[in-house]
Amino acid sequence: MAGKATRTAFGETLARLGAENPRIVVLDADLSKSTMSDFFASKFPDRFFDMGIAEGNMVGAGAGMALAGMIPFICSFATFVVGRFEQIRMSVGYSRANVKIVGTHCGIGIGPDGYSQMALEDIALMRSLPNMAVVQPGDAIEAERAVEYIARHDGPVFLRLTRQNLNDVNPPDYKFEFGKGVVLRPGRDMTIMATGGVVGNALKAAALLAQKQVDAQVVNIHTIKPIDRDLIGRVAYSQGKILTVEDHGIVGGLGSAVAEVVAELGRGRVKRVAVEDYAESGDPDGLYKKYGLSEDNIAAKALELLHD
Amino acid sequence: MEIEKLKAIAKEMRVDIIRMLTEAGSGHPGGSLSCIDIIVTLFFSKLRYKPDDPNWADRDRFVLSKGHCVPALYAVLAKLGTLPHDELLSLRKLNSRMQGHPDRSRTPGIEASTGSLGQGLSVALGMAMAGKTMKKDYRVYCMISDGESQAGQVWEAAMAAPKFKLDNLCVLLDYNKIQLSGAVRDIMNLEPLAEKWRAFNWNVMEIDGHDFGAILKALNDAEKVKDKPTLILCHTIKGKGVSFMEGKWEWHGKSPNREEGERAVQEILARN
Repeated sequence: MAGKATRTAFGETLARLGAENPRIVVLDADLSKSTMSDFFASKFPDRFFDMGIAEGNMVGAGAGMALAGMIPFICSFATFVVGRFEQIRMSVGYSRANVKIVGTHCGIGIGPDGYSQMALEDIALMRSLPNMAVVQPGDAIEAERAVEYIARHDGPVFLRLTRQNLNDVNPPDYKFEFGKGVVLRPGRDMTIMATGGVVGNALKAAALLAQKQVDAQVVNIHTIKPIDRDLIGRVAYSQGKILTVEDHGIVGGLGSAVAEVVAELGRGRVKRVAVEDYAESGDPDGLYKKYGLSEDNIAAKALELLHD
Repeated sequence: MEIEKLKAIAKEMRVDIIRMLTEAGSGHPGGSLSCIDIIVTLFFSKLRYKPDDPNWADRDRFVLSKGHCVPALYAVLAKLGTLPHDELLSLRKLNSRMQGHPDRSRTPGIEASTGSLGQGLSVALGMAMAGKTMKKDYRVYCMISDGESQAGQVWEAAMAAPKFKLDNLCVLLDYNKIQLSGAVRDIMNLEPLAEKWRAFNWNVMEIDGHDFGAILKALNDAEKVKDKPTLILCHTIKGKGVSFMEGKWEWHGKSPNREEGERAVQEILARN
């Protein structure tokens, strides 16, 4: 199955929501054909604003529109928009502006464009702002439902999306619950917590582990902030061992968020699978193998954690 | 009549600014004093604003992008009644709403949190875009400083406003020619400044930023311009109204001590 990119599901959903809610406006920085905000632009040209390659100004303008009562979705590659951290910190976060920051092309999964276009520090940055929610869907269905929710959510949100197509990990009748992790596969021995484009890889890794008589639970953490402390706590107290998997740098992402909770609980162990270098160009599968996000490496890390 | 009224208010505001900064023990007198005549004229002769309903949806907006000069704005908001006057002396103190730089979530009448220079014009731009999109007739005013015009984001916003034909946006540039560590022309020269804004397709006016009649006329003229944003380049004097502060970069970010504060107040009151 070819699957669908979460950016595509985002673009289609936003264009649908635009008809229902006249307060939704969309700003982009000359990447609308890639972020898929183009769908909205063609349906609602009067509520779409191309700000040119000037993301700092786009962040501020989005904040101004939000403060005037609109619901702006500001879109670019995640690394370019989140790269304007100080503008987001001041004009969005500190100003309590209801801006939806949409970052596509996250992680090494984008492939041949290489490091400059790969967002690998964005979750760490956005997670550090007190009122910023961070959401990363793991398939197109979840992206659709998450966008519907985010448009209603009162407050700033960072939505992190993939360039690459993803196979479905959720059923068609899936309901998005903000802040709640989703158990995709029950298991007794340990838990793999994954987010975004690599949730599918985590499920495949669990299948590999099953062949080795290891029964791994797989949990999809679509909301990285606020993190699902209850679920992490339950796992820490029952199974103890948690492997986190994400297409993001190893500092400050999902792994850090989970480890913070576990450290405060004083129960359980965490091992992080994430990107540990500046990465490079290549085909996505090859990059996942080289940087440790392939299913066999995830399974290997799970075994290390289990037997440690 | 109108001008006399504005003059008297500005004098009162200067006294409040000095008293606030003296009490706070830190802050920025130079730029607060250079921009106060402009802010007074805007709020008392132009701005569509309800002091007791600062979040009124149809109000004109004023974004103070040069956030370090917020004592000038607090003084005006207190004079209007949006803020209680006795709160002014809590500037920069713990648990006060009078933050050292503007914080819209804490202080009524503050439109945008600013203080990291170069960002406020983008927020004002977004407010103006929203006004056009929602077909509302409010106007958006934004005050920027000369020093902050060294930031690239100012020019990103300058490029965007004419594209969206934002004739509801008016920028007031407080050109006092001095920044924290010296003269603007030495730190990073902006000239030719008016030409830069004209080249970015703005309607540009150049005035004496301490001439109330000229400020009022420019604000009125800006309203008549169609399809273009307006920049009013206001030539001002850093520390205006206090002789020992005027034109001195040392008074950019230093508050007066008690003796200096009292001397400044007496001088302001004695001047015409």
